Amino acid sequence: MSKDYSVEAPVVAGRLSLAEIEELVAKPLDTKPDKKFFIALTISGTALLIGAICLAYTFYYGIGMWGNNQPVGWGFGIVNFVFWVGIGHAGTLISAILFLLRQKWRTGIARFAEAMTIFAVMCAGIFPIIHTGRPWLAGYLTPYPNQHGLWVNFTSPLVWDVFAVSVYFTVSLVFWYTGLIPDFATLRDRTTSKIKKTIYSIFSLGWRHSSRHWLHYEKAYVILAGFATPLVLSVHTIVSFDFAVSIMPGWHTTIFPPYFVAGAIFSGFAMVVTVLVFVRKIFDLQNIITIDHLEKMNKVILATGMMVGYAYSMEFFIAWYSGVQFEQFVFLNRMFGPYAWAYWTMVSCNVIFPQFFWFKKIRRSIPAMIVIVLFVNVGMWFERFVIVVTSLHRDFLPSSWGMFTPTLYDAGILLGSFGLFFTLVILFTKALPVISIAEVKAVADGAQPTHHRGEHHG
Amino acid sequence: MANRKIFGVTALFNDPNAIIAAARKVADAGFTKWDVNSPYPIHGIDKAMKMKPSKLGIITLIFGLSGAVLALILMWWTMSVDYPMLIGGKPYFSLPAFVPVTFEVTVIFATLSTVVSMFAFFFGLPSNSHVLHDTAYMKKVSRDHYGIIIESRDPKFSEQTVLELLKNLKPISTEVIYYPEKESYPIFEPRFLIFLFGVAVVVSLGTYLTLNKLMYIVPFDWMDKQAKVIPQTSSEFFADGRGMRLPVEGTVAKGFIPYPFEGQTNPSEVLSNPYFPTKENLQLGQRKFLTYCSPCHGNYGDGDSRLAGQFPNPPTLHSERARNFQDGMIYHIITVGQNVMPSYASQVTREERWAIVNYIRALQRAKNATDADLKLVKAE
Repeated sequence: MSKDYSVEAPVVAGRLSLAEIEELVAKPLDTKPDKKFFIALTISGTALLIGAICLAYTFYYGIGMWGNNQPVGWGFGIVNFVFWVGIGHAGTLISAILFLLRQKWRTGIARFAEAMTIFAVMCAGIFPIIHTGRPWLAGYLTPYPNQHGLWVNFTSPLVWDVFAVSVYFTVSLVFWYTGLIPDFATLRDRTTSKIKKTIYSIFSLGWRHSSRHWLHYEKAYVILAGFATPLVLSVHTIVSFDFAVSIMPGWHTTIFPPYFVAGAIFSGFAMVVTVLVFVRKIFDLQNIITIDHLEKMNKVILATGMMVGYAYSMEFFIAWYSGVQFEQFVFLNRMFGPYAWAYWTMVSCNVIFPQFFWFKKIRRSIPAMIVIVLFVNVGMWFERFVIVVTSLHRDFLPSSWGMFTPTLYDAGILLGSFGLFFTLVILFTKALPVISIAEVKAVADGAQPTHHRGEHHG
Repeated sequence: MANRKIFGVTALFNDPNAIIAAARKVADAGFTKWDVNSPYPIHGIDKAMKMKPSKLGIITLIFGLSGAVLALILMWWTMSVDYPMLIGGKPYFSLPAFVPVTFEVTVIFATLSTVVSMFAFFFGLPSNSHVLHDTAYMKKVSRDHYGIIIESRDPKFSEQTVLELLKNLKPISTEVIYYPEKESYPIFEPRFLIFLFGVAVVVSLGTYLTLNKLMYIVPFDWMDKQAKVIPQTSSEFFADGRGMRLPVEGTVAKGFIPYPFEGQTNPSEVLSNPYFPTKENLQLGQRKFLTYCSPCHGNYGDGDSRLAGQFPNPPTLHSERARNFQDGMIYHIITVGQNVMPSYASQVTREERWAIVNYIRALQRAKNATDADLKLVKAE
């Protein structure tokens, strides 16, 4: 195999012209949705409806409909919250961190990944609120002057969480929308429908593709990426503080922040690959979301998967090395206790299966990667299950040990969160350009002046 | 055409190298009010157009720092001034615990201020009424062309020279863009405003009437239905269906200990006055006597009823018999009644009864004063 590594592979395959790129991306917006679209929407909508019904039951009869009880007070609610926040991290990583690292290949997938971030954080945001049992009182989580004379406890990680997740959602949304504005302008100028034109005009804010604007726009994009990068790291760090700041054995470890962040990127990339594989096929975007993109993402999955595996083993080592009896028991209990099946599901899905990505053939094979990333999705959900449930169900006092059994309502709400996520994703593919038109145009062959070739452009 | 005001002159290119070269020439010609439009940012266009680097970062810095300071001030004030709470033995102002929130607030201030000020103040957006919108030029540069526009407000602008300059750059086409003939804003026409006002009135009135009058459901029923027991109504919550609960058997209301000597004639041996005839006690007794006793017994206990024969007059309280009553006997009579006189137990409390007894004693002594008493009064 001889490959010239001094020449960068083209980001957009098939030598598409600028107009062709635009046509390709705008095609789903210009055509009426087909049968497949409605079938997919029906499936996800059904899942969403099941979740809504289970949620309505929970609101009506109370949180007792769930499996949560003493000693496992944090059940599916927190498991799902951490899972969905983690999924969101891939989008920001792709849009912000890879932007700062001058990775041109991110342009094809950034918009989609950012949208997934927003949808995943929306799914995540539901759980802490419904988990409080009285979601209509969620306003008390914000520090505002009130007649009780009370404030939130700013030294509590749960309050940090409120700030982190809400700021993360807002910044992701602003980042996403800022990127969408030039595309809205392009769509506005190409559409023939009057209604669409009005909508696009409003959302484009009257963008004129002016170079004097592009100058500040690019600066703002760097600034946003610069803030989003530490922000995304802070979010899952703070989520891990929810556990690490407590004194539960199995939670009270300093490895949690980096371990959680790596796990978040791992699971998020797996979800992005899962969705993109289908999207590029359905919308004929193989030239923009190329197999090279997928291969690069699979490499990230392999790398972060091994970081997660390292964290698993390091937790064991520290449990033994610390000499804390309770800590040692928790980890042995995870491996051989009543929830050993969950633990081994997690280890095999997260550590063993991604190892197949060492082989280039598997990295570039669509069916193989679908199987592996689905395993990773399952494994990462179980990771959070293992962390939350196995630590809580057997703590210091054997007299207060117990088991956690999820109810149908727990499962229904989890299904509903997937329904919400995929409904939003499906609607997004038909409502907005799933690929940043301006960014992809900028990295197409012959789009930049020759004397500036090779320099990065965002 | 000749009457219409020129907005600017445009030239279109379809090669990124050509636009860079063209921009450089226009900048060298000394124009200031001109622009390059392109579907995406072109590398090196800022240098070719001689634009200064963006100063957006200053806004980010100012707002980011103020976000951090505000967050810290808020946390310091709430946690150590307004409602100090001791948590885990940490100081009221525990900086490490405040780092996450400070960081998050910094990020939100910095990013939102950057984006909002960029669009609103740097660009003057949203503005969908710009002349360039809906021109063929805009549609081209939005897709795959690169355009130069030199605006008429540039001091060096003149239609002929600018057209000549642009044509020398070998564009694929040039175009003069005019202001629209008449600008109209149908949104501000009185008819539309009246229509808008009408819609507002109808919608709010309709909503008000539907919710508050027709539907009358929670929460629009002015808290008419509440999850509480209204006195004297039934309740399904209790097995006996009563809303109000009965007191436990044998319960005695405060101040209503049952009187144990009912039916006895003279319990004065066991009933002794627990109150001294102090000034306050006598005043209380006077008040109660005048209220409850004097209608029949008279203001001074003489038995001169004010009731004008509607009830038989009681005997005077200054008789030998009455003066020889023990305190307990008078108390007993007030409590259970005697002959025609009913019980006053429900009107006057035990303490007040004893006060009345003391007051009657004072009246009796005043009406039958001895020489020694008179001397005492005179001495005062």
